[in-house]
Amino acid sequence: MFAPFMQDTWITAGIVAVIAALVGFFVVLRAAAFTAHAVPNAAFAGAAGAGLVGVSSLVGLGVFSLGGALLIGLLSRKGRHDAVTALTVALMLGLGALFLSWSTEYAPEIYSLLFGEVLGLSSQDVTTTAILGFACVAVLACVYRPLMLSSTLPEVAEARGIRQVRIDLLFLTLVALATTTAVPVVGALLMFTLMIGPPAAARALTRHPAPALTLGVLLALATVWIAIAASYQTDWPIGFFVGVISAAWYLLARAAAAVFRR
Amino acid sequence: MSAPVISPMSLPAPGPAPDGPARPVLEVEQVSIRLGGRQILDRVGFTLRAGEFTGLIGSNGAGKTTLLRIVLGLRGADGGSVRVGGKPLTRRARGVGYVPQKIQIEHDAPLRARDLVALGLDGERLGPRLPSRDRRDAVARMLEAVDATRFADARVGTLSGGEQQRVLIAHALIARPRLLVMDEPLANLDLRAGQEIVELTSRVAREQGVAVLLSAHDINPLLPVMDKVVYLAEGRAVHGRTDQVVRSEVLSELYRHPISVLRVDGRILVVAGATVRAEAFDAGERDVRADTAARPAGLPEVHAG
Ligand SMILES: Nc1ncnc2c1ncn2[C@@H]1O[C@H](COP(=O)(O)OP(=O)(O)OP(=O)(O)O)[C@@H](O)[C@H]1O
Ligand SMILES: [Mg+2]
Repeated sequence: MFAPFMQDTWITAGIVAVIAALVGFFVVLRAAAFTAHAVPNAAFAGAAGAGLVGVSSLVGLGVFSLGGALLIGLLSRKGRHDAVTALTVALMLGLGALFLSWSTEYAPEIYSLLFGEVLGLSSQDVTTTAILGFACVAVLACVYRPLMLSSTLPEVAEARGIRQVRIDLLFLTLVALATTTAVPVVGALLMFTLMIGPPAAARALTRHPAPALTLGVLLALATVWIAIAASYQTDWPIGFFVGVISAAWYLLARAAAAVFRR
Repeated sequence: MSAPVISPMSLPAPGPAPDGPARPVLEVEQVSIRLGGRQILDRVGFTLRAGEFTGLIGSNGAGKTTLLRIVLGLRGADGGSVRVGGKPLTRRARGVGYVPQKIQIEHDAPLRARDLVALGLDGERLGPRLPSRDRRDAVARMLEAVDATRFADARVGTLSGGEQQRVLIAHALIARPRLLVMDEPLANLDLRAGQEIVELTSRVAREQGVAVLLSAHDINPLLPVMDKVVYLAEGRAVHGRTDQVVRSEVLSELYRHPISVLRVDGRILVVAGATVRAEAFDAGERDVRADTAARPAGLPEVHAG
């Protein structure tokens, strides 16, 4: 599994993990786990539709992730956030089902779109993923303070000139970006566990924001790399391992925190 | 714990400008707003000067939060103007610190009291920032000033209501604003914690020369520290010194309804009706005295609708 053709997989998965954990830190802080679940569903529909119109699946992923995220953002301004998110999930899953019924793709490809694929990455994906990853880190470094402030004291942030609408849309764009890079590797259905599990585990272990971010990244890296190795050995879907390991970090962290707090 | 003097910091913008006491920090003029078919504020106006502690008093639904949100630039008004430090309100309420009534930070959020106060320094700025000794010291001094050093390293979400208030005050004051706006800071506190917050706010605000505009539905906890009061009722406001405003005849005119102001053991009771005086005396309360003195010179203006 360390053969040269696997090298790209390790690197791509590593970048995916870093992005997912960094964005996931704010997903957990803003209690937006449901959003982080909805956007990959939109991504799934996009990838399914991309085949129909003959564009690359990454384009389909990107367009639908962003579209779904912005839809949630714009509609939640007036309506209930959770209802809007739920309807977006339903709409996107429905579209995905429709696109699949029209498409001529083979079942394994659809399966890997839903549950992830270890071997399905070409070398071109590494460059694209790296560029998207760099963009994500750069944007986060730039907006870290306003995003922190608006995630913790939204009204104060607004009074200090941070527009809630803008920061919401920016945040949702970051979720879409993380989703676009991660879905080809981890799969649409379990992508959000990678965004939630490691950051949630990290914050159970430390109360400092910067170490929580770092620890989340490390746990996410461990998650995807262990998942790749396990998936390679067992032939079980990588999404299964990502989901289980992410959840395991959280449970372990909670247990550890409970023990040490005594 | 002794009250440390806050030395000026080099990092944030300089604090209260040396305008002198004459220059108003906040000028609210003729502010009106209609919401849900009701005139919530009707040509409300008042002026705050540097270092003044002003209570914004009104019962539930009187429009306190609405007025404060307008002052903060969080919502627009149908008419009127708001000026902070002589300048019209812009999107970024420069020089105004804000302590909201309620915050929602989960108990396991990875954010210490210290981190929240640090965000007060320059939380709206873009770009990466490296930790520095100056920042750390500024945060530590601010925490000390509000007696929050004890729980500076605790998660904000696990702190009690009164502790969170202290952290929020530190967060608001560390940027050295000219004006501190607090919306019902006493709503969720018991009597003692409320008294502590009021005294602490007044002390720190005086040290920094910050004007305070604090809303409350009960005037009594504010009596020891309040310089001025803005009394809000029926969409209108009276503004002036407490003893000028909180009088039976002034409030009766404001409410357009007979109101009795009673002083009992240093506390003020505002009750509807003119007959209450007799009843109170019937009950044998020696210290009860309805304040029906004649209007003295310099009576505050009533912003009539
Ligand atoms: N967006 C809105 N649409 C319609 N009515 C509104 C709106 N916002 C506020 N109001 C009304 O304006 C009135 C004043 O509300 P506000 O929150 O300012 O009162 P308050 O003095 O802060 O009361 P409390 O002491 O309960 O906090 C209330 O009657 C409220 O119902
Ligand atoms: Mg209110």
